[in-house]
Amino acid sequence: MSVQFWLQIILTLLLVVLLSIPVGRFMARVFTNQKTTWDGFFDPIDNFIYRLIGRSATSQAMDWRTYTIHMLVTNLMMAIIIFLVLSFQNFLPLNQLKFPGVDALLAFNTTVSFVTNTNWQAYGGETTLSNFSQMAAITFPMFTSATTGFVVAMAWIRAFTIRDGSSNLGNFYRDFIRFITRVLIPVCFVVALFMVLQGAVQTFDASVSAHPIQGGGDQTIVVGPVASQGTIELLGTNGGGFYNVNAAHPFQNPTPLTNVVLMVLMALLPASIIITFGDMIGNRRQAWILYGVLGTLMILFMLTCVIPEQQGTPILANAGIDTHYSLTQPGGNMEGKEVRFGISGSALFAAITTAFTTGAINSAHDSYTPLAGVTMLGQMMLQCVFGGKGVGFLNALIYGLIAVFIAGLMVGRTPEFLGKKIEKQEIILVSLALLIHPLVILAPTGWSILAPYALSSLGNNGIHGYSEILYAFSSSAANNGSAFAGLNANTPWFNLATAAVILIGRYPPIIFLMAVAGSIARKPITPATTATLRTDTLAFGFFWFATILIVGALTFFPALVLGPIAEQAAMRGGLVF
Amino acid sequence: MANLREGTSKLGVLGPEFRGVRVAGGYNFELFWQAFKDSIAKFDPRVQIRNPVMFVVWVGSLVTLALTVAPNLFGPSSASRLYNGVVTIILVLTVWLANYAEALAEGRGKAKAATLRQTRAHLSGVRVDEDGRRETVPASDLRRGDLVHVEKGDTIPADGEVVDGVAYVNESAITGESAPVLKEPGTDIFSSVTAGTTVISDWLRIRVSVNPGETFLDHMIRLVESAKRQKTPNEIALTVVLSVLTLIFLIVVASIAPVAAYLNANINVADLVALLVALIPTTIGALLSAIGIAGIDRTMRFNVLATSGKAVEAAGDVQTLILDKTGTITMGERKATDFLPVAGQTQSALVEAAFLASYFDTTPEGRSVVAYSLSHGAEPVPGLDAAKGLDFSAETRMSGSDLPDGRIIRKGAVSAVVQAAREAFRREPPPDLQVIADKVAKEGATPLAVSIDGQILGIVVLSDVLKPGIPERMQELRKMGVRTVMVTGDNPLTAFSIAAQAGVDDFVAEVKPEQKLRLVQREQSEGRLVAMTGDGTNDAPALAQADVGLAMHSGTMPAKEAANLIDLDSDPTKLTDLVAIGRQMLTTRGALTTFSIANDVAKYFAIIPAMFIGALPGLAALNVMHLATPQSAILSALIFNALIIPLLIPLALRGVRFRAQSAETLFYRNLWIYGVGGLITPFIGIKLIDLLISPFA
Repeated sequence: MSVQFWLQIILTLLLVVLLSIPVGRFMARVFTNQKTTWDGFFDPIDNFIYRLIGRSATSQAMDWRTYTIHMLVTNLMMAIIIFLVLSFQNFLPLNQLKFPGVDALLAFNTTVSFVTNTNWQAYGGETTLSNFSQMAAITFPMFTSATTGFVVAMAWIRAFTIRDGSSNLGNFYRDFIRFITRVLIPVCFVVALFMVLQGAVQTFDASVSAHPIQGGGDQTIVVGPVASQGTIELLGTNGGGFYNVNAAHPFQNPTPLTNVVLMVLMALLPASIIITFGDMIGNRRQAWILYGVLGTLMILFMLTCVIPEQQGTPILANAGIDTHYSLTQPGGNMEGKEVRFGISGSALFAAITTAFTTGAINSAHDSYTPLAGVTMLGQMMLQCVFGGKGVGFLNALIYGLIAVFIAGLMVGRTPEFLGKKIEKQEIILVSLALLIHPLVILAPTGWSILAPYALSSLGNNGIHGYSEILYAFSSSAANNGSAFAGLNANTPWFNLATAAVILIGRYPPIIFLMAVAGSIARKPITPATTATLRTDTLAFGFFWFATILIVGALTFFPALVLGPIAEQAAMRGGLVF
Repeated sequence: MANLREGTSKLGVLGPEFRGVRVAGGYNFELFWQAFKDSIAKFDPRVQIRNPVMFVVWVGSLVTLALTVAPNLFGPSSASRLYNGVVTIILVLTVWLANYAEALAEGRGKAKAATLRQTRAHLSGVRVDEDGRRETVPASDLRRGDLVHVEKGDTIPADGEVVDGVAYVNESAITGESAPVLKEPGTDIFSSVTAGTTVISDWLRIRVSVNPGETFLDHMIRLVESAKRQKTPNEIALTVVLSVLTLIFLIVVASIAPVAAYLNANINVADLVALLVALIPTTIGALLSAIGIAGIDRTMRFNVLATSGKAVEAAGDVQTLILDKTGTITMGERKATDFLPVAGQTQSALVEAAFLASYFDTTPEGRSVVAYSLSHGAEPVPGLDAAKGLDFSAETRMSGSDLPDGRIIRKGAVSAVVQAAREAFRREPPPDLQVIADKVAKEGATPLAVSIDGQILGIVVLSDVLKPGIPERMQELRKMGVRTVMVTGDNPLTAFSIAAQAGVDDFVAEVKPEQKLRLVQREQSEGRLVAMTGDGTNDAPALAQADVGLAMHSGTMPAKEAANLIDLDSDPTKLTDLVAIGRQMLTTRGALTTFSIANDVAKYFAIIPAMFIGALPGLAALNVMHLATPQSAILSALIFNALIIPLLIPLALRGVRFRAQSAETLFYRNLWIYGVGGLITPFIGIKLIDLLISPFA
């Protein structure tokens, strides 16, 4: 492995850490209504939108129920709009390529997928959607779904800061609007321009004709508002691409530099939210401990992905093919990877996109070595290795509260987190939230693996076929959206099953956690004594880390063993799928 | 039984040298046998369903039992009858061990309840009606308001208030404390008597204060019968976590079957059941209820009666402890602590005079002056017994002796002695007397002047003294993170001086009894969990409001009813022990949960490769323990899973070691022992069992 290989990885991660600090601090100020430098510019815009919605709606204090209901109804409204746009795109403008309305099941699946920040794509973007659909049904929910997850996390954090027993978790609409106008749009605006500068396309035209130098007739290349979508796709950990090949397409991700920018974009907000958390609860040490826990997990997973990729498969090596890196060749496993990104640029991207449950891809995940598959599947199964916008943070906190509970018992006290007692009510809700994820991954995988209508979608047989199905449901459940490829997901069964998994994987845990917030808000903050177990120490960080890893591993170990780990063992024996 | 010493003061409770041997102790064979019988009865599914984790094992054993009878019940299987049978036996053994742990924990409580029941069954009393007629009736016929007569040798038939008579009562049947207690009418605390206790001198007439079924004895029987006990809040929460983990593992194991079918791997249902049982947290599931019962049992051995497990658990969470000064921190009696002669007088003259003045004084203060002066060199003078004693009275506020040699010695309130000196001897007090007296009073002590023939020699200082060991106890509480607040009716100066000696964190002076309630509420409003000790009737509201109310058994019935913990020894500093027991109970649960979950890692490495070795030979690499055969691997994991339960029963019953140390230290320690230890132990254990059983496989 070369110096550049490690340099690219280290610099990218370093950039994320350095950027997440000011961004996190800024977001904390925005969500605690403190003054920021940009207020003079943004306040009039926000106030205008508040007036449009209605003053009473945007100024009322919301308890957890009200907040959750407004969130759910807003999501439902958006889902209806998206579904209608997709279904009737043939009657809507900017459909130069004359695509028909999207089939009802596929439109349903796509709607569910995009409104939940999953961006699972059972369709090929450039061959299915008009430019209007791309903007109104794809780019639009990329902003709102990311925001939904984020504001839920904000409301949840606030519950821990309430001292007077009030139930006010903030106002959903204010949070929702402020996050879009003050965080997402400014960042996207700047980065999209940079992307265009690097060569990404941004146009209302539908296609251009190219004259290939080797002849053979003109080639039609689909274009559209790619740069704008390709920015929020990553910033909002969405992952749905304009093109079917997503960020592997040179019009979306033209250069190695944009590749690094996209990776930083994916990681930026989920990492920043940890900093925001620390500032909001007034305990930065706690935030850094959590940052360390998740960062360590991420680095371990990332290494499990990039190192095997660079080592390549023993089968090629045994066949006498040189798989070592040299100045003339990248070495390792280059199958399914873009040459302009190389192995580190691709494998790191794959590790980050599954860690932050974005789902954008710049290489074919199906073609990775089996151990890299462990990283991708594992991170989606834990869905808190930073995880998606807001929800990743909440998932880390689910494990955190379980850790707090057990560790609290171990020191002989009713467990407390940030001064709030964690009791029966919270534990029941948190446990239910913990239960949902394995349920929606393992149950439909088990069902599909025996159902003929599901097996017919498989591109590969044997263990790898199992891995493909496992990946599909893990990706759906984690609201990741990336695909292993090799699986034809546009079938009635997979459209319905993945949509159901996405919905159950998204909303019930959020509702349970909001209920936890409601119950936490009412509790008094207990003053800490020497008998209180501090959660902002290295020892507790270690325990948190172990809880995520062990509870997660215990849950998914058999699934991973029968999929990628068995494949790895088989590959050593000279068998690939 | 302790002997009564002659001449003890009328009000005094006998000193600690009279404490008998506690009725507590270890297990005996009887207990083990009873536990065995109870553990068999617990196989009843209606009992099992209350423990979701063990219920799954119980159902699993039925499945494997069916497979033992018909190995091909769920389709063709490679598993033999023998193998399925062995799995069944191990599963049944696992359930039985869990039952046994619980039964053993319940045993001591049951034995105690049986003894108490026996006491109750034999209760009868002599009822006295308005005309003075006496009639012997069973205790169940006594109603509130009845008058009962008891004499030396009788067992008191009902709870009540002494209305007449004075007698010593042995309360060991209730408290385990055989030192007799003096009962007499007219005092808040020493007038209440408890059913089941025995009169050992003289007689008493008692006004019954409760109806049958409501006596303290009934109450106690209900409490020690742990079968009906409620789960504590943290226990419920932990049960939820364990149930969800069980459910997750159920999903995990169930999802293996279709994958195996897809891969054409023929796996046995018995193996799936074995995997499930090995994964679900059976160790903590089996011991959870035993830990709770043992915790309550431990409070009982400390002679504290807990009205619920919740109270014991809450004791571990206490952050503020409100202590009454009198009777808790101090002895509640003024004792001579110093002699301060006025200018021109010697210490020895003062000591001797104080001794002579108090020789006939029978009040506790008087006795303490005698004792203190004797220890400071006073000597009885010849013919002292022929002297004439003057008793202390409220009017004269003095006591003293008129010696045969004509000397008139007086001791009493400074103003009274000064006045007497002026009137009887026309002598003015020494100029520095008032200064010394004021200084003593300011420090919260009581100055008594001593005079011989009107010549005032100096001041005897009487002050309330700390109970032994109080500063150490307060120090311990501080280490445990409990803030101590002393409340007293004294003025702030006095309060400050006592607080400083005792080492409490805070004090509130000039508190009227009814203000205690507000004090408890104020602490609670700041988010703290409050414990309070009390014994008087006017403490009852505050005891009820406090999260942990510890009433003294010597206290009044209302106080005991309001409290959720009753200290049968009436030693309020026991709260430190209760805090420790409460924490220990939680610590044990947390530690065993961590241990149980950490165990699973090794079990996976034993069972998963064993199950799939046929279909996926590559997985042999995961057999890191190099277990001999797939069968021996699965059985070893299961046997380990079963055997770890009895190995941990002593720990569950005793509780993990608890010391007054910071949460960080404790966490670090337990993380190493039970977390890291829990990861490593099963790798060793399973390997050893495999080595033992593989020759037979």
